[in-house]
Amino acid sequence: MITKQVKQLLLSIVGSENYEDSKVECLVHSYDATPGYQAMPDAVIKPGCTAEVSEIIKICNEYKVPIVPRGSGTNLSGGTCPMEGGLVLLFNRMNALLEVDEENLTATVQPGLITLDLITAVEAKGLFYPPDPSSMKISTIGGNINENSGGLRGLKYGVTRDYVIGLEVVLPNGDIIQTGGKLAKDVAGYDLTKLMVGSEGTLGIVTQAILKLIPMPERTKTMLALYQDLDAAAQSVAKIIANKIIPVTLEFLDRPTLAVVEDFAKIGLPTDVEAVLLIEQDGPPEVVERDMKRMADICLEEKAVSVEIAETEADAAALKTARRTALSALARLKPTTILEDATVPRSEIAKMVRAINEIAKEHDVNICTFGHAGDGNLHPTCITDARDHDEMERVERAFADIFAAAIDLGGTITGEHGVGAMKAPYLEWKLKKEGVAAMRVIKQAFDPNNIMNPGKVFAKESRKRVVVSS
Amino acid sequence: MTTVQEREAIANQFAQKMNEDELLNCMRCGFCLPHCPTYIESGMKESYSPRGRIALMKAVTDGAIEPDEDVERSLSLCLGCRACEPVCPSGVKYGHLLEEARDIIHQNKEHSFPVKNIRKAVFSGLFPHQERMQNMTSLLGFYQRSGLQYIARKTGVLSMLPDHLATMERVLPRVPAKSEMKKRPDGLPAIGPALKKVAFFSGCLMDTMFLETNKATLKLLQRAGCEIVIPKSQACCGALHGHSGEKEGAKQLAKRNIEAFEAEGIDYIITNAGGCGAFLIDYDHLLQDEPTWHERAICFKSKLKDISEILVELRFHEKTRLKLPAQTVTFQDSCHLRNVMNTASAPRILLQAIEGIDFREMKDADRCCGSAGIYNIVESEMSMKILDSKMKHTKSTQANVVVTANPGCLLQMQLGIEREKMGNDTKAVHIVDLLVEAAAL
Repeated sequence: MITKQVKQLLLSIVGSENYEDSKVECLVHSYDATPGYQAMPDAVIKPGCTAEVSEIIKICNEYKVPIVPRGSGTNLSGGTCPMEGGLVLLFNRMNALLEVDEENLTATVQPGLITLDLITAVEAKGLFYPPDPSSMKISTIGGNINENSGGLRGLKYGVTRDYVIGLEVVLPNGDIIQTGGKLAKDVAGYDLTKLMVGSEGTLGIVTQAILKLIPMPERTKTMLALYQDLDAAAQSVAKIIANKIIPVTLEFLDRPTLAVVEDFAKIGLPTDVEAVLLIEQDGPPEVVERDMKRMADICLEEKAVSVEIAETEADAAALKTARRTALSALARLKPTTILEDATVPRSEIAKMVRAINEIAKEHDVNICTFGHAGDGNLHPTCITDARDHDEMERVERAFADIFAAAIDLGGTITGEHGVGAMKAPYLEWKLKKEGVAAMRVIKQAFDPNNIMNPGKVFAKESRKRVVVSS
Repeated sequence: MTTVQEREAIANQFAQKMNEDELLNCMRCGFCLPHCPTYIESGMKESYSPRGRIALMKAVTDGAIEPDEDVERSLSLCLGCRACEPVCPSGVKYGHLLEEARDIIHQNKEHSFPVKNIRKAVFSGLFPHQERMQNMTSLLGFYQRSGLQYIARKTGVLSMLPDHLATMERVLPRVPAKSEMKKRPDGLPAIGPALKKVAFFSGCLMDTMFLETNKATLKLLQRAGCEIVIPKSQACCGALHGHSGEKEGAKQLAKRNIEAFEAEGIDYIITNAGGCGAFLIDYDHLLQDEPTWHERAICFKSKLKDISEILVELRFHEKTRLKLPAQTVTFQDSCHLRNVMNTASAPRILLQAIEGIDFREMKDADRCCGSAGIYNIVESEMSMKILDSKMKHTKSTQANVVVTANPGCLLQMQLGIEREKMGNDTKAVHIVDLLVEAAAL
């Protein structure tokens, strides 16, 4: 609830043109890209600078108004759904690329900057910002930082966390802190930068970031390996890594995913095979050539039907763009697509693929799988209809089993999408009681009034894990 | 303003009529956002994005919110350019949802007396009747030729109009004489052996205000090897009705056209206006509740082709020498041609085949110019913002000629050129007019 008095205070900070509480504005900020999560905020606010964010957060803290920072609302864990109402904070007015420092190889940005705009701007200067979540055309850097987003290039280059080296953060008490800096080394105290990355807006509001850039790789090559056997594809992944090759990208798509992606993208993807691996390597030309050849050999040894190298850059780009649409394209099959991002050690990827298929059969649900196989990070996606309550229950049970299977293989419940509201009930499965308790202490210390994105990460009640003895 | 009763009626109709599967099909990934002109020009306002609009339509359908003025505002500010559709991985048919929603709102809203009368005059009295379109256009011709235009401009009465309307008055083409509009052929032979038999969809505006462009189209078709029939009983495509929430009127016109073009032995139905073509190709959706008509509509749409597509198919650009004096040319996509009829490469192939010209793509050529039917009149503020961005990209190509493929786009680009005072160096043309010039026909 935002009282008249609080509204007046907020209006005095940002002005009436940057504060909206009409039904329409609240409704269009009641969701993100996570199916099944929708909750109305009380108002939407657009601060123009850090000082305004600080003023806003002080008022929210004083009057206990929940505050939900939101980029473009593309996350997949219910992270920006205002579960307990309150104020949605937008960064449309704080979207500048402040600086590209070519001497220190850093970029300084405001949180509302679109990821792809950053990537394009630094590439024009021969620099490289690797994190490339599938939503990069519309996602914001602020959103990426809060969710610690991954992407197709994660295998070789890591995720957002690996490129954030300094932050300006407004804490729930209104304090503005600077963490890290344009520094290659910095061990002055706790690493608050890394703590903030992936904290899903539960500890503070990121208002500025310093990002690490690296030189653009000289050459990039992309290929597709085609399989008639899921297992063989998964085996190839493990074998490539075991052969000490770290490609940029090592993506897996199964047959149904291929079919819908091709239906949308129409780029001539094979639809008569059981699975493909999308493989990319970059670096000096001779290294790229050598690695591509070795990987092609490994794939063929592991019973790939064929290996096709993208002939032009445009072909390679089309393959990657198509892969990025996989989740949304699956919605062609049925209205609701629920995906997970359980992650296992890379060596276990074949076992995980098998487990997913068995679980799908057991619960009689339709699961398509694609994902960052090289990272051990799969996206089993359930194709269903939210209106079919019986099936939805089966879907939930299937996903619980998938989480359990991942954890049993030494994995985690989420590799890159975050806990949010969706996986909060399962957090304890991964961290145990003590782990969650340690995190709660941190949350309590930063945000004693629990105004920062409440209802995320920590569940009111943990889900019971059913252990069936076999 | 809507009354409580009107809102209730609208909400009920949403619940009954909106396609729930299609609404659910949007999984809110947001891939459409960077392609939506109103989202971009409004400073990334979610309520002015396709994802936001679908969420609002769904919320009204589910009874989660009332169809209040803000909902209506969000929907009426949509250009209907459908740039969100080809980029939607889930394949949501946004255009159909929008049209249904607009139809429900308009049918359940008591328009004010003057608005009601204007709508009636335009939608029932004018567009469905080609001879009245001719009269109306003749009136404009009288204005232009009689000296009235001269007087109006000199005396400054036009300054009483809003800026963009006064500018628009200047960019309207010089219209043909009424006698000329009345004397239209009902068929033409191919020049050389007839490779295809086509029927030409003349269009109501194209066959009056843009008569020269229609003539040019026919010349190109003849030269490309088409025997042409021009059915007399054809009518306006109904796009204006459909996009303005007058679905019944649109259906009547659709049926008339389907009948008119059912003659035996026609390979293709040719259009030269992206806006009309896209509406014609959606007739099967428009008539989905009437099984026999639906069948006939599917047959009708399977024959539709834009003029640029058939010219490329018949290799007109390879068989005819196309040559123009040295100049720089750029192309502005017609949204409906590109996003709905799926025609984007054919016009470019034709332009690049012209000797002597330097073809330069402008940035975001696939983004709407802000014309969108009568949008530039009823939503002029947003339309002019969109046009300003478009002109910035046009300017950086340094083009002498901006080529378009739809009359609305043509007028809007001319308006942009006039507003930016680029008239001395730059003009806008319809692609067929440029091709006729290049082929020296």
